[in-house]
Amino acid sequence: MALPEDTGFDFLHMELVASLSSRENDEAIPLTVSKVEHMGYSAGYRIVERLNRDFPRFKDELDIMKFICKEFWTSLFGKQIDVLRTNHQCVYVLHDNRFRHLRKISSSNQYMDSSPKFLSYTCGLVRGALANFGVTSLVTPEVTQLPACKFHVQIQKG
Amino acid sequence: MEARMDGCCIMSPSCGPSFTQGLARPTKDRTYSQVPSAELMTLTYGALVTQMLKDYEKPEEVNKQLDRMGYNIGVRIIEDFLARTGAGRCNDFKETADRLQSAFKMYMNASPSVTSWSPGGDEFSLVLENNPLTEFVELPEEYGSLKYCNLLCGVIRGACEMVQLDVQASISQDQLKGDSTTEIRVRFIKRLEDAIPPGED
Repeated sequence: MALPEDTGFDFLHMELVASLSSRENDEAIPLTVSKVEHMGYSAGYRIVERLNRDFPRFKDELDIMKFICKEFWTSLFGKQIDVLRTNHQCVYVLHDNRFRHLRKISSSNQYMDSSPKFLSYTCGLVRGALANFGVTSLVTPEVTQLPACKFHVQIQKG
Repeated sequence: MEARMDGCCIMSPSCGPSFTQGLARPTKDRTYSQVPSAELMTLTYGALVTQMLKDYEKPEEVNKQLDRMGYNIGVRIIEDFLARTGAGRCNDFKETADRLQSAFKMYMNASPSVTSWSPGGDEFSLVLENNPLTEFVELPEEYGSLKYCNLLCGVIRGACEMVQLDVQASISQDQLKGDSTTEIRVRFIKRLEDAIPPGED
């Protein structure tokens, strides 16, 4: 069973996702995927500020990515990213085999269609964290087989 | 939730050794600043309120939406709470207040005190000395009518409704507006009867 203080966040996240599926609530302005992603961005930007306080400067992109996969992921989701792949040309793929927000949904593919919504906030978190390191990126989610998922990180060289 | 350290990242072979635990850094003993997940909640909530202020423009409307979202969380979180604590029914409203107090401790690491009981015993206040939700928050002047923590009121209302209590919760004091504490006033309205299925009466 998850720690109770983690549960609080889980419920809040659930409610965010629920607001994404536009319900017929009166005159409510629906949250959209991009808004939720942006919320993740601003939270990620701030979190990483706190988290990397005691770290020496990272020497390159890969180093930053490792930090995201290990410390960042551990502090947010209680585990590390399981697999990190890269083509050394600005594309990184982060595999999480038991992603926290998908864990409680299903292990079958019944809810495949509605599961990407559960990743947009986290995409924002990653993008925001990278932005704070001065790395502009594009993060897209992919659900392969619940509860496993991938985050594709495309670094933008500007 | 235990942090399992057995998942090692497999890098493509050309980039040196794959890393498992501990990088070649002096901070192997994990003394770096861990961000507790309560903070993740605080920041997420802050981002949510910010977004809503952009969307709705009227703080009163934001209050309403936060309450609605809180209600939705409340009707779910009560299940979690009952499963964790194994608590049974409350016999009186005093007991309800204690339960709410322990729920705050559990989910938010906050320890509110229960004070200011009304003479009739149907109204009390939860007083938060420090409110985790408002940890990094400053409220600009123009949002004077925003009840930043209104989500909590919704949560209390939703959770109580699921155990047949109709209550009203509202923020009566707010640290963000210069009060010394954050105070949530909870008022008992009525006990909800179990609905009788149609055709059974």
